[in-house]
Amino acid sequence: MTIDEIKIGGLGASRSRVEDNRFVRGKGNYIDDISLPGMLHMEILRSPLAHARIKSIDASAAWAIPGVRLVLTGELMASRNLAWMPTLSYDTQAVLATDKVRFQGQEVACVVADDPYIAKDACEAIIVDYEPLAAIVNPTQAMADGAPIIRDDKENQHDNVIFDWEIGDKDGTDRAFADADVVSELELHYPRSHPSPIETCGSIADFDRSTSKLTLYMTSQAPHIIRAAVAMVAELPEHMIRVVSPDLGGGFGNKVPIYPGYVVSILASILLERPVKWIEDKTGNLISTGFGRDIYLRGQLALRKDGKILGVRMHADSDHGAFFSDAQPSKFKIGLLHSAFACYDIPAAHLTARGVYTNKAPGGVAYRCSFRVTEAMFFQERMVQAAADDLGIDQAEIRRLNFVRDDDFPHRTPFGFLTDSGQYRKCLDIGLEAIGYEDFLKEKQEAKKNGRLLGIGISTMTEPLGAGNSREYDILGIKMFDSAELRVHMTGKAILRTGAKSQGQGHETTWAQIVAHELGIPAEDIVVEEGDTDTAPFGMGTYASRSTPVAGAAVSMVSRKIRAKARKIAAHLLEVSEEDIDWELGRFFVRSSPDTGVTIQECAMAAYSNVPDGMEPGLENNAYYDPPNLTWPFGCYITTVEVDPETGVWDVLKVVAVDDCGVRINPMIVEGQIMGGLAEAYAISSMQMITFDEQGNCVGSNYMDYLLPTAWETPGFELHEVVTPCPHHPIGAKGVGECATVGGPAAFVNAVLDALKDTGVRNIDMPLLPDRVYEALTEHHDVSGAPPLRTGS
Amino acid sequence: MTSLFTKVSPEPTTDAGVRRITVSINGNQHTVDVEPRLLLAHLIRQGLDLTGTHTGCDTTHCGACTVLFDGTPVKSCTMFAVQAEGHEITTVEGLATASELHPIQESFKDEHGLQCGFCTPGMMLTAKALLDENPDPTEDEVRWALSGNLCRCTGYQNIVKSVLAAAARLRSQGATDEEEGETS
Ligand code: FES
Ligand code: FES
Repeated sequence: MTIDEIKIGGLGASRSRVEDNRFVRGKGNYIDDISLPGMLHMEILRSPLAHARIKSIDASAAWAIPGVRLVLTGELMASRNLAWMPTLSYDTQAVLATDKVRFQGQEVACVVADDPYIAKDACEAIIVDYEPLAAIVNPTQAMADGAPIIRDDKENQHDNVIFDWEIGDKDGTDRAFADADVVSELELHYPRSHPSPIETCGSIADFDRSTSKLTLYMTSQAPHIIRAAVAMVAELPEHMIRVVSPDLGGGFGNKVPIYPGYVVSILASILLERPVKWIEDKTGNLISTGFGRDIYLRGQLALRKDGKILGVRMHADSDHGAFFSDAQPSKFKIGLLHSAFACYDIPAAHLTARGVYTNKAPGGVAYRCSFRVTEAMFFQERMVQAAADDLGIDQAEIRRLNFVRDDDFPHRTPFGFLTDSGQYRKCLDIGLEAIGYEDFLKEKQEAKKNGRLLGIGISTMTEPLGAGNSREYDILGIKMFDSAELRVHMTGKAILRTGAKSQGQGHETTWAQIVAHELGIPAEDIVVEEGDTDTAPFGMGTYASRSTPVAGAAVSMVSRKIRAKARKIAAHLLEVSEEDIDWELGRFFVRSSPDTGVTIQECAMAAYSNVPDGMEPGLENNAYYDPPNLTWPFGCYITTVEVDPETGVWDVLKVVAVDDCGVRINPMIVEGQIMGGLAEAYAISSMQMITFDEQGNCVGSNYMDYLLPTAWETPGFELHEVVTPCPHHPIGAKGVGECATVGGPAAFVNAVLDALKDTGVRNIDMPLLPDRVYEALTEHHDVSGAPPLRTGS
Repeated sequence: MTSLFTKVSPEPTTDAGVRRITVSINGNQHTVDVEPRLLLAHLIRQGLDLTGTHTGCDTTHCGACTVLFDGTPVKSCTMFAVQAEGHEITTVEGLATASELHPIQESFKDEHGLQCGFCTPGMMLTAKALLDENPDPTEDEVRWALSGNLCRCTGYQNIVKSVLAAAARLRSQGATDEEEGETS
């Protein structure tokens, strides 16, 4: 009688993915697959210079090309009050440049034409006369005396500083440092990286004059935020805007912000009264859309001789590019960088941060990251590693010594977060066992005798996922809750909609599993829809690993509301009082007579055909979930490497990941997320980098220069799990999508530096390209990766 | 949709700006007038509505646009449509029959070899070309064969697993077919 939850695709089932049925047939529906009758095509002309005054724009030759319907410049945008738009961080960003260009790749003009080829031709026919200005490509240059002011469009901006911000206990930290036996210091650069989903960004704006309705198909991880923003920017009434985010070919944070291309396509459609499609090319994507990271750190640890950390001091200089458009909770200027050291029991910490403008693309997006936690955990684990080396302590031991203990939860971190659960030592022990720690240390010693360089690196961290609780987390004032709406039909089948938006995470599969778990309706009887603001309930979207913690919780809660109503119906059908019935998966029964019961499907039928007197018919509801806290998954990543002393090339020998993300809804999908995250961790530590030369030319503007690992370079991964349920999430789940990307890079870097330990080198900035490793090996000094690139010999 | 390509009946064209070509895609002959500069990927996607062939980079790096060109994987973003004149092209839409998925598609599903699905058509076609040549590849051979196709979601491990699983499936299918051949 009892339903087997795994069989109906409930919690814990590695159910195969619903969305795959269309994807493997090539029947996904991505933005560029959508074609509307009468649709025109838009291309963007971008600035070739990083910093220059625009003297004139001559578009006459472009207008003369047959098939060209519209040429848009900053001037035209300005006449509509659309030359500038607000960013998600209370700054402004140029839609099309009017006065100056401020980074290479900035949008200068757009052409709308009958086909994309004509539009591209016409872009090339536009003549822009620029007066070049000196370019600023790093914070040191930006803060130098007499540096040119990038944002001279802003009245009160007299330098290139965006913010100065601090958090923590300065005095307590100073005292900790005064008491320290040893102070360990490190300077690090987390390089600019691009999320680079294979699919670029794009939109189709379709303004219908007869109804005054704008339908905007676009690559968005957060369609409801876009609807609100478009309503504000384009001054269209919100109910007349429908944003549809179709299947997304990856996102990783890149598809959260609002880009000029979207805005211009809207205006073009309004002016031409035709659908206008804009599909960004890869170079456009890499050089102009939301990058991640680009932050410099000076970190200090106050240590007792035995390795106990007494205090942490951090200063960060972050390079935001030409416009401050980070997509992050508004209260925290440098994201959640202060989540660093959350897994360690540390009495005092203080963080200062300064953000600056440079002549680089804006963004600062949470690239597979919860708002700078990737930088936080990288800095943390590099600093802990350096401290272990400075003190001559075993790298596993120093972590074990400082971990928050299992019975110490809830635990207040030195920066004020409240962590609530975890088994850190257990995770580390499983990881060490899996990698064969002791044996590897012996092997390493042996290898050294033969001139071989082996290294092992550990990275352990807990990170805050699932922003957020609405007291602390908002974007543009909109609280970061999320939502779900569930309609159970008469025959017990259902449709579920949420305010999240999958980009490959498999929501169509996993959300149905949560409903199956709560109601006992087989997952295959539940269809899941997201991404259409006309039908989905308002939500904040999918990024920062917040879907399972927030939208997933909303799915549970709405299912429970449905169950509560079904219970009343069941009591009515069973002719007993509500107090006398019990629930087992998929069925209510009379407590005193367990064989007498009704299924959830029977309740659904009755909801439409036989409700008790006074009850509204139907079995539909929605839930808005405002989480009481963030969720705190834990990850332990350990890698072993061999460095070739002749070339600086390093090979990964083994990668072990131990993830505790609480209860796993679909273990197969969770493991897929972890492996994807590990590959990005390897990519970031070994090759991915968007850098700039002295003139501000972006080096990394295509996949020839911006290196992404293929199946050949990417190592294999060994995964392990620990399950500590989240105490406040309705099903005990925690976020997981980004954990390995957040925690992983330090494991690779620590391993390479471990192999180089005898050289005295304490740091090589990522990516650890062979030439950097070789330089460190042969010249025995640290290697910095800060741009500008050294050009010439 | 535009002047770039027009579907026509196979009659000679008089327009000097276009070339008339006949291409076989998934076994169907298509005769179209195309501008000489039209990329094959665009003919397939917009001209013939086979949108399973994706374009990710249009610079031959990502492999999302991979199709089989007389059985060999090529990147259709870096080939002109006119170069396909007289050739056989297979796209992802040509892998499954109406009722049945190809074993490679089945395996990608079973082994969770895809997440966003954007790289998947290209990956599967590259895998098909490999398995046509080498029915029993090692993991390294699979990784090497797939190294022209980028994936940002999966970390490749499950893709490799999918291809190896597909190889096993195809081999056992082949063995059954043979056995059936012998007994009948
Ligand atoms: S689109 Fe052809 S290789 Fe990327
Ligand atoms: S599944 Fe998303 S790029 Fe491969």
